[in-house]
Amino acid sequence: MTDTSTTSSTSSPLVEIRNLSFARGNRMIFDGIDMDIPRGKITAIMGPSGTGKTTLLRLIGGQIKPLTGTIKVDGIEVTELSRSALFQLRKRMGMLFQNGALLTDMNVYDNIAFPIREHTRLSEKMIRTLVTMKLQVVGLRGARDLMPSELSGGMARRVAMARAIALDPMMMMYDEPFTGQDPISMGVLVRLIRELNDALGLSSIVVSHDIEEASSIADNIYLLSGGKVVAHGSSEALHNSGSEWAQQFLKGLPDGPVPFHYPANDYAEDLLSTGNSK
Amino acid sequence: MNTRKTEILVGLFIAAGLAALFMLAMKVSNLNIYNNEAGYEITANFENVSGLKVKSAVTMAGVRIGRVSDISFDAERFEAIVKIKIESQYNTLPKDTSASIYTAGLLGEKYIGLEAGGDEENLKDKDKLKLTQSSLVLEKLISRFVDSFIDKDKSDK
Amino acid sequence: MLNYLQHLGASGLSFFQRLGRAHILFAHILGGIPSMLPRLSLVVHQIYSVGVLSLLIILVSGLFVGMVLGLQGYNILVDFGSEETLGVMVSLSLVRELGPVVAALLFAGRAGSALTAEIGLMKSTEQLSAMEMMAIDPIRRVLTPRFLAGFISMPLLAAIFSAVGVIGGQLVGVGLLGVDDGAYWSQMQDSVDLYDDIYNGVIKSIVFGVVVTWIAVFEGYDAIPTSEGVSRATTRTVVHSSLVVLGLDFILTAIMF
Ligand SMILES: Nc1ncnc2c1ncn2[C@@H]1O[C@H](COP(=O)(O)OP(=O)(O)OP(=O)(O)O)[C@@H](O)[C@H]1O
Ligand SMILES: [Mg+2]
Repeated sequence: MTDTSTTSSTSSPLVEIRNLSFARGNRMIFDGIDMDIPRGKITAIMGPSGTGKTTLLRLIGGQIKPLTGTIKVDGIEVTELSRSALFQLRKRMGMLFQNGALLTDMNVYDNIAFPIREHTRLSEKMIRTLVTMKLQVVGLRGARDLMPSELSGGMARRVAMARAIALDPMMMMYDEPFTGQDPISMGVLVRLIRELNDALGLSSIVVSHDIEEASSIADNIYLLSGGKVVAHGSSEALHNSGSEWAQQFLKGLPDGPVPFHYPANDYAEDLLSTGNSK
Repeated sequence: MNTRKTEILVGLFIAAGLAALFMLAMKVSNLNIYNNEAGYEITANFENVSGLKVKSAVTMAGVRIGRVSDISFDAERFEAIVKIKIESQYNTLPKDTSASIYTAGLLGEKYIGLEAGGDEENLKDKDKLKLTQSSLVLEKLISRFVDSFIDKDKSDK
Repeated sequence: MLNYLQHLGASGLSFFQRLGRAHILFAHILGGIPSMLPRLSLVVHQIYSVGVLSLLIILVSGLFVGMVLGLQGYNILVDFGSEETLGVMVSLSLVRELGPVVAALLFAGRAGSALTAEIGLMKSTEQLSAMEMMAIDPIRRVLTPRFLAGFISMPLLAAIFSAVGVIGGQLVGVGLLGVDDGAYWSQMQDSVDLYDDIYNGVIKSIVFGVVVTWIAVFEGYDAIPTSEGVSRATTRTVVHSSLVVLGLDFILTAIMF
C-alpha cells in the first residue's frame, strides 16, 4: 500500500477530494465538493459553525465513509481501504482534536509516549528522548508529570499537538486549534503550527473560524458553506476578491450569503403552530 | 498510580481469590474425604435402598468408616446392589458383619450402619455382606401400623 | 393504535440492532485477546480497578450475608432439632447461589458501572476517536483488557464472598448461638460436593463475570457521547446486568442442579 504512495509525484496534491457528498440523516453536509490540499503548505478550511469542517477531517482520516466521491491521501484512496491498510495510512497522519482528546488516565509524558509505545518496539530510553524532544517543541518540558486534568485548555492542546507529531507524520490536521485561547497562547499556537509545518516538512490542514489567525498563517484558504466550497485561493487573493462569500466571512458580517440560521421552516408559521408538528 | 504498588495489590488479590477457592475445595467440600479414601470395597444386597445415595455415610458404632460408592440394580433377584468403600485403616471387620439402612433424625439422611459379628476371618476387598436389613419406608411403616389396628379391631369383635 | 404498533416495531428493531452490535463487539473484543498476551500489565492494571477496588464491598457483604444466614438458618433448623446442619445450609446457599449471584450484582454496581462510565466518557471526550486516528484500535487497547480483567476478577470475588460468608456463618452459629464447631464443619464437608456444588458455583460466577463485563463495556462503547447519554448507559449497565444475572442464574440452576 505504502509503496504506491511514494511513487506519486511530489507536485501532486497531498489530499485530493473529488465530488464528495456526505449526509447526516436527511441533511446533506457536503454536496459534491472538490478540494486539493497541496504538499508542504498550510491550508485553512473555514466556514460557519456546523458546516461540517470536523466532518471533513473525519472523512479524510477515514473514520466515516462518504456517500459518493473519492478522497485520495498521498495517492491512496481512503474510502476503499481495509481496516489494517487504513491504520497504516493513519500512522502518517496526525490529528489535533477540537478539545485535545488527551487520555485522561495517563500523565503528559505517557500521553505523548502512547502512540510510540503502541506502534514501535523502542526502548524506554529512546522513547524518553523522543518524548522530551516533542515536549521541547511545544514548550512543555516542565509539564511532563502533570495529569491532563491539571492542564489549561491551551496547554492540553499543545500536549495533544506533541502527541500528534510523535510518530513524525507527513500531514497534520488541526481542528479549531485557536478557539478559547487567550491572545498569547493563540500567538504561540499560530507560531507552532507554522514552525512545525516548515521545520518538519509537514503539510497542514487548519480548520478554524478565527479569520485573522487562520488567514495569517494559511497559504491557501477554502471557504465552506451550505455543503459547497464557496471560495478558495491564497489568502490575499480571497481578501481582494469580489466574492460576497469571502467578503462576508472574512469581515465577519452577520448577514449575507451565509445564513445565520440553521435550516428551518418559516419562523412565523413556527410561532403560530400549536406545537403538534414536532 | 504507582505501577509496582498496583501490581503487588493485584497479586495479593489473585492470591486471596485462589486461597478462597482452595478453602472452599478443602474445608467446605468433601474433596479431602475423597482423596483420603484409599480403602477396600465390599458389596451388600438390599431389598430396598430408598433414600440411600452414592456417598452416603457408612458407620459402625456411630463412627463413619466409609461411604457408599455405587448403587445398582440386580435384575435377576430384583434387589439393590450397594458397593461400600471402607477406609483402609478399618481392616479388621469380621466376615459376618451385618448392614442396615438407618435414618439420621426423623426425616434425615439415610446411612448404612454396620454391626460386627463374631467371625474370626476379616472382610476383604470384593467380599459380600450376607446379613442386610433394608431401608425403612415410611409409607410401609404407617400402613403396617394401620393394618395392625384394623386387625386388632377385627379380633376384638 | 398504529402509532403504538409502530413504536413497538421500532423499539423491537432497535433492540435487535443493539443485540447485533453487542455481539459484533464481543467478537472484536475476543479477537484482541491474543495481542493482549504479551502486554499483561495492561490487564493487571485493569484487574486493580475492577477487582481490587471491589474487594472491600465484597468482603463486607459476604461477611454479613454469611452472618445473617447463620442467624436465620439457626432459627429455622433449631425447630427441627437439626442445628448441626447449619454449616450445610450456610455453605450450600453461599456456594450455589448467593456467592455467585450477590457477588455479580455487587460487581455490576461497583465495577460494571465504573467501566461503562469510564468508556463512555472516553468516547464523549473523543479519546476513542483520537486513538483511532493514531491507528490504535480502541476496542483492543481499551475494551479487551477491561473485559479480561472482569472475566478474571469475578470468579475470584465470588469465591472470596462465599469463603468469607461461610466464616461469617460460623462466627454467628458457633460463636454466638453455640452450634458445635466440629459439627458445623464436618456436616458441611459431608454434604457439599466439590463437583456438584463448588465447581458449578465457580462456573456460574465465570458466566456472570463474562456477561456483566460484556454488558458494561458494550454500554460504555455504545453510549451516546454526551453527559446524559453516559449517565443513562451507566444506569442501563446496572439494571440490565442485574436482570441478566438473575435470569441466567435461573437457567443455569435448572441445568446444573
Ligand atoms: N453524530 C452526528 N449525528 C448526526 N449529525 C451530526 C453528527 N455529527 C455532526 N452532525 C451534524 O453535522 C453537521 C456538521 O458537523 P461538524 O461537527 O462537522 O461541524 P463543524 O463545521 O465542525 O462545526 P464547528 O465549527 O461548530 O465545530 C452539524 O450540523 C451537525 O448537526
Ligand atoms: Mg467542529
